[in-house]
Amino acid sequence: MLAHLPVLQVIVPLMAAPACLILGRSSLAWLFSLIVSATACLISITLLQQVMTSGTIIYALGGWNAPWGIEYRIDELNAYLLLIISAISTVILLASHTSIKKEIPKDRHTLFYVLYLLSLAGMLGIVATGDAFNVFVFLEISSLSAYSLISMGKDRRSIWASYQYLIMGTIGATFILIGIGLMYQMTGTLNMEDLAKRLPEVAQTRTVFAAFVFFIVGVCLKLALFPLHLWLPNAYAYAPSIITAFFAATSTKVAVYLLIRFTFSIFGLSFSFTTLPLQTIFLTLGLLGIFAASIAAIYQKNVKHLFAYSSVAQIGYMIVGYSISTTTGLMATLLHLFNHALMKGALFLALGAVMYRIGSTQLRDFQGLGRQMPITVAAIVAGGLSLIGVPLTVGFISKWYLVLAAIESGWWPVAVLILLGSLLAIVYVWRIVEMAYFKEPLMNREPVKEAPLAFLVPVWMLVSANIYFGVDTRLSVQVAQAASQSLFGVSP
Amino acid sequence: MILGLYNYWVVVVLMMIGFYIVIAQGNLIKKIVGLNIFQTSVFILYISMAKVEGGTAPILAEGISQFSNPLPHVLILTAIVVGIATTALGLALAVRIKEAYGSIEEDEIQDRDNKESSTMKGKKC
Repeated sequence: MLAHLPVLQVIVPLMAAPACLILGRSSLAWLFSLIVSATACLISITLLQQVMTSGTIIYALGGWNAPWGIEYRIDELNAYLLLIISAISTVILLASHTSIKKEIPKDRHTLFYVLYLLSLAGMLGIVATGDAFNVFVFLEISSLSAYSLISMGKDRRSIWASYQYLIMGTIGATFILIGIGLMYQMTGTLNMEDLAKRLPEVAQTRTVFAAFVFFIVGVCLKLALFPLHLWLPNAYAYAPSIITAFFAATSTKVAVYLLIRFTFSIFGLSFSFTTLPLQTIFLTLGLLGIFAASIAAIYQKNVKHLFAYSSVAQIGYMIVGYSISTTTGLMATLLHLFNHALMKGALFLALGAVMYRIGSTQLRDFQGLGRQMPITVAAIVAGGLSLIGVPLTVGFISKWYLVLAAIESGWWPVAVLILLGSLLAIVYVWRIVEMAYFKEPLMNREPVKEAPLAFLVPVWMLVSANIYFGVDTRLSVQVAQAASQSLFGVSP
Repeated sequence: MILGLYNYWVVVVLMMIGFYIVIAQGNLIKKIVGLNIFQTSVFILYISMAKVEGGTAPILAEGISQFSNPLPHVLILTAIVVGIATTALGLALAVRIKEAYGSIEEDEIQDRDNKESSTMKGKKC
């Protein structure tokens, strides 16, 4: 049983998705999904423990050894990502039963959980697999279910946002497919380990350059790197609240993982950063993304839009850390993956609670909400502080390592720009605080009650994780460090 | 050189046609058709890279020594299925957009969205 954990991690939610259909009733489907997601989370915890004590786990699917069969390969980075995805998914599912009651018609509740589990399985699959083509298949499983989940939003704009995401996402996925095809053409293998061994021999050919570029552009579309982020704000703003919280915390992280895996482990550091000017390009785009998206966030009228733009900015930070391409820089990126998932999970889930009570997330409807829903708004403020990077929150830890990495490499201007970016975060978080605490409640509105416990418990679980991992950084820093060191160890 | 690699030229031309349609067309159905052409070009890319000149189908039989690589052909079967799913979903979304907005033209939908948000503002003020 223990030996099969890598594949169970993916298979359990994948098989559970159609099983949900049989259950039919909404509450049963919810309970079942919650159990499945919690199982996935337990599996990922066990996997992480195994990897940390005894090194990389290799699992040959169906007993066919690589390079003939498909191989699942779990090293520190994979296990870390698996834990982030499955843990966030479980916490968010706690609130989903209450949340979708108000946002999705009753006859679609079961389908909602089917798609949710499929999407979860897709993301876990992308991370667990050691086969390049398998990545594409899982990517499409998670994306296709994501498109349909987003279109379930109450507002009709959700369908339009979903359509736009479908077009952009498919272009991205097809680019990735072209990249993988060209890699196969040059090396005759799809196994990641094998690719890493054979690519250096043919590295100086135009086909490999083309493969690399197609792949990177495709992944950047998926991870919403500025200026390829256009699909993200609307998709996040109009999707059902639960889905926004889930995707904001996980889906772009998976794409960041792909970027790291392919550039560091497969193409190798020297090819990605020396032969091609990836460092300069990413550093520029990352910094531009931080500023453009943060400034856009300041001017948003819908709080969901505001945090969606802030997500684009946070991806900018991850890309900056990545482009510094030292162990510390990569570690900062990995830490921010974890920390950003905690912050955005908490923030969007709290917004879900606001949506549940007042049916809107427009900024002007936040007037006086600080007194009417004190616990929920306090969670938004705590998440916002973490977003800014105030000490004792996780945001501080990742910014700290990011600035440290920039200074270590002697990139002073970058360090200054990162701190300036945080100042912009103060501005947009302050706008919410000002609305919620310093304005009188709207006169013509019915009195608003505090959000139900089904929301408060998961929201505060995430908020306390924000604070806990901001104080006791052992787990996140240790794993991120091990993952980042192993990535630098493998690359030639 | 050019003639010998003609299928790759077909791939590139189809890819650019499809990509152009996706970007330039405002009609949602046409966009999906463009996306389809774009994906089809990739199918041809995979299929032609696996073809061995003079090779037969990969079957184990007397007198067959040279055969094409079956793996990319199988891979692309998966990609074709994915493409069908994407098309189906895209068309389904187009139907729902038509129901919700009464149009499948990009600029008209955008127009209606903008109008909606401006009237909402008017009401609240």
